[in-house]
Amino acid sequence: MSIVINQEKCVKCRRCMEVCPGNLIKADETGRAYIREPKDCWGCTSCVKECRAEAISFFLGADMGGRGSRLTTREEGDYRYWTITSPGGQQKNITINKKDANKY
Amino acid sequence: MKTETIVADVLIIGGGTSGCYAALTIAETQPDIRVVIAEKANIIRSGCLAAGVNALNAYITEGRKPEDYVEYAKKDAAGIVREDLLLSMSKGLNRVTEKLEDLGLVILKDENGKYVTRGNRNIKINGENIKPLLAEAVKKQKNVTVINHVNITDYIVNEGRVSGAYGFDVNEKKAYIFTAKAVLCATGGAAGLYRPNNPGFSRHKMWYSPFNTGAGYAMGILAGAEMTTFEMRFIALRCKDTIAPTGTIAQGVGAKQINSLGENYEEKYGITTQERVYGTVAENQEGRGPCYLHTEGISKEQGEDLLKAYLNMAPSQTLKWIESGKTPDEQDVEIEGTEPYIVGGHTASGYWIDDKRRTTLKGLYAAGDVAGGCPQKYVTGALVEGEIAAKTILEDIVQAEAKTEKFASDFGEMTTKLNQQVETEYEIYFSAEPSFFSIEQLEEAMQKVMDTYAGGISTNYRYNEKQLRIADEKIRMLQEMAERLHAEDMDDLLHIYELRERLVVCRSVIAHLKARKETRWQGFSKNMDYPKQSEEWNKYVNSVLQDGEVKIIIRELGGVEDIRTEVGRA
Repeated sequence: MSIVINQEKCVKCRRCMEVCPGNLIKADETGRAYIREPKDCWGCTSCVKECRAEAISFFLGADMGGRGSRLTTREEGDYRYWTITSPGGQQKNITINKKDANKY
Repeated sequence: MKTETIVADVLIIGGGTSGCYAALTIAETQPDIRVVIAEKANIIRSGCLAAGVNALNAYITEGRKPEDYVEYAKKDAAGIVREDLLLSMSKGLNRVTEKLEDLGLVILKDENGKYVTRGNRNIKINGENIKPLLAEAVKKQKNVTVINHVNITDYIVNEGRVSGAYGFDVNEKKAYIFTAKAVLCATGGAAGLYRPNNPGFSRHKMWYSPFNTGAGYAMGILAGAEMTTFEMRFIALRCKDTIAPTGTIAQGVGAKQINSLGENYEEKYGITTQERVYGTVAENQEGRGPCYLHTEGISKEQGEDLLKAYLNMAPSQTLKWIESGKTPDEQDVEIEGTEPYIVGGHTASGYWIDDKRRTTLKGLYAAGDVAGGCPQKYVTGALVEGEIAAKTILEDIVQAEAKTEKFASDFGEMTTKLNQQVETEYEIYFSAEPSFFSIEQLEEAMQKVMDTYAGGISTNYRYNEKQLRIADEKIRMLQEMAERLHAEDMDDLLHIYELRERLVVCRSVIAHLKARKETRWQGFSKNMDYPKQSEEWNKYVNSVLQDGEVKIIIRELGGVEDIRTEVGRA
């Protein structure tokens, strides 16, 4: 379980480096973000949420039953949109109204 | 290495749940007091609430009293709690909840505008943004300065008073010295002492934050503070692999614990926190594993809602369901016990404090996961402790100033000496010869020792005195080896200090496990030399580090009114 950073999408805003609770994300010589040690990631998805360029996705390690799907998210007004994309390109979308509390 | 000195009235170490709330309390009570929060990461998403939380688990619901909460927590911990601490915490739970709502937290309400409860003590929220909400509120305060990305390693103790702390920037080669009239320790507990559930690629996929490495405990231990109940480790019952919380499933949709034969085993073992773990381990040992939370057959809508609920708290579990091709209504959720954590917000491990949250060291206060004696705090309890500590600090500063006591900022010359000392302490690791073993190898060695000889997952949380003696011997060796580690950059230095902290905490945990000659919480730990609970041990096991040895102090159950008169009463 960790994250993947798509450096082509990275806009060098450094937000992910700022918020990572483990200080794991660094800038390379061009200023683009990379994760120093993928296995140190806690999986909190703070960076995934913070990245406005949607350059960061989250995945489960094979040791946890991961099969290569990626989780991404974006926020718009009162809504947070999550997308899970399988290796075959199939997508599942889950929308959360931030004003709705958990019912369970 | 350059050094920056920062003078504050109050230094708060750790900008998590309780640290942020303490800062807010001071700012709103006395805006002329200068508060500095020193935070290892960034307060926006640091601490336990990084991913969010979807219920407040400590709330006094209608018709219940704070005393009921105290009773619940006492029973859950089999009596080893400080009722005075639990009561002062319980009385504030609803007050801080209101405050959270004012800050913008979404709480589920019924048609009459009342909070919807989950069981007797819980309310339901959308807590994905709970930490950013707290952080934003703190940032608005003019008298609060937040210094992110600074790792504090030691207290400054001057003439018997904790007068500040020092640490280093985790990104650039720079040391920090903070002097203050009062210091609040709010760093959180300790994860990563034991070999984790997922020791490979997903080694950090643990329930508690892997970046909470016991700094607050270690600083206190090294400075000679009295600590309590480290033998009460917390083993969480969690969703297999993702180590995601189970409460939302167990309480939210009423799913029962079943074994592989489909039998409900909850009644057989009991339903306190540690009994739920014990039952699961026992069923596995007797060949009836794996164990599950029985969700198959809940409605499709409930299944979809659980996917959302976990996205707001533990997204890996939602992803796990989707990767498996089945939603929770189509399959049961496998559960397992985690490796042991030391976390005073759930169990009672931490600083020995008085009702006002003073530690045994003058000038030092504790709140949240580092504060002992007061389990079942959860988020709201940690907030209340931050509030209580903040108020005590304000009172004590006024009193000390009236007595014209000297604070660190008055010491002048000492600061220059301290600068040199601090720089030397950190520089040693940069100038050391490249080490034969890596920091990571020593960390793995520590986790293996604790797992094997101090009651980790592989022994089903069991141990005996002989094993504990071996554990102590090996941890001491690792402490020596850790002194010779080499740092190439600030990341290395951070990891060396994290290892150092964990090793210090390990030694105290081992000493406490050895001292309690009974089995009090068999789900969390079983002392095979003394496998039964004993009335004789209706006592607190406390300790103080003296001349490098963990000295055990046994104290009678009861409260502590004022820690300054209670020290040495043992």
